[in-house]
Amino acid sequence: MRLDTSGYSCPEPVIMTKKALKENPAGLDVIVDNRASKENVTRYAKALGYNVAIEEGNGCWTLKISK
Amino acid sequence: MKLGEKQKLGLTGIAIGVIAVILVVLGNPKNMGFCIACFIRDTAGAMHMHTAPIVEYVRPEIIGIILGSFAISVISGDFRPKGGSSPVLRFVIGFIVMIGALVFLGCPLRMVLRLGGGDLNAFIGLLGFISGIAIGCVFLSNGFTLGKAAVQSRAEGAALSAVTTLLFILFIAAPSLFLFSETGPGSMHAPVAAALLAGLAVGIISERTRLCMAGGIRDIILVRDYTLIIGFAGIFIASLAGNLITGNFSLGFSGQPVAHSKHVWNFLGMLAVGLGSAMLGGCPLRQLILAGEGSSDSVMAVLGMLVGAAFAHNFSLASSADAGPGINGKIALVISIAVLLLIGIVVTLRERRKA
Repeated sequence: MRLDTSGYSCPEPVIMTKKALKENPAGLDVIVDNRASKENVTRYAKALGYNVAIEEGNGCWTLKISK
Repeated sequence: MKLGEKQKLGLTGIAIGVIAVILVVLGNPKNMGFCIACFIRDTAGAMHMHTAPIVEYVRPEIIGIILGSFAISVISGDFRPKGGSSPVLRFVIGFIVMIGALVFLGCPLRMVLRLGGGDLNAFIGLLGFISGIAIGCVFLSNGFTLGKAAVQSRAEGAALSAVTTLLFILFIAAPSLFLFSETGPGSMHAPVAAALLAGLAVGIISERTRLCMAGGIRDIILVRDYTLIIGFAGIFIASLAGNLITGNFSLGFSGQPVAHSKHVWNFLGMLAVGLGSAMLGGCPLRQLILAGEGSSDSVMAVLGMLVGAAFAHNFSLASSADAGPGINGKIALVISIAVLLLIGIVVTLRERRKA
């Protein structure tokens, strides 16, 4: 599962991630295109007990959220 | 030692609180070391957009915040021009945020500084602000969005910073172009260099930490995240301590500097600011920071605030200190809140139908 939040800004990527994690509790990849969203989504996922691996490329970050 | 996000936000809040107290000592109005709404309003007056004689001055703090954010975002790689996410709605919401702020007499930042000065009217404002953000969170969690932004050119992203630089050059080189208050809050200001440096410092640290007066409360309501609220708390603690030390602390409702005690209107004014800020994705300070980072959408919100400030004084919507809002201000504020609710409901319902 991949969730692309490019073009959306704080707090929408977090809300989108929250909904997507409800449907995919095992984890997913979230693409963010700004530092604020990267930090917010990462913090949110970690608060729920997920691991987050961050990959950077093409002006975006892919946050690999997993249990 | 590497500081964590929370420590950085706490230190940023404390720094802003201390800078605000210093600006008051250097000449800014009391409890108004910083006020984004008031200072945009003063700048609108200086540029002849309204002619309220007591609130006209080109505030270097605003210029500094935009340029500080622009400079640090270019250096750090956060400068990513984007736009096209409901620009007209953002203009309208920015306009309404300014009306609410000028009925209350302050933006969320000044609300916290007023709290730190002992002004209990600001506590009523805080209750309204939290209520407005809570309503905004209901919209957000039900799908409200102003839509996706697209990548823009660097020229588009830098336009506001360029115009702001030009404004500062004209302010220094040709001050006779502008109007300057001889009495009232507009006549009270710190020296230009100090105000500009203070603005630059606040712009830089706020960009780095993403400090937002509305974001802290919003994150608690939406996702139980207590990170951003630490900046808010830092500003309050530092301004409280600073006001106690400088003798500017005075606890109570009456006789507070540039404030009124019309509780209903303080509450509703900040409710409009809270709701509008939640819909825009950040408070007026955050809109200036995002505008510096190249967000055309936030530039639209800032322009909405600028025009809203001019309307607020041309049509007697802004409150006067002590007396509070007149009938025009009360009617305009009620209509403004209704418009925000209408935008929220219409957009949320449309998004839910799409989903």
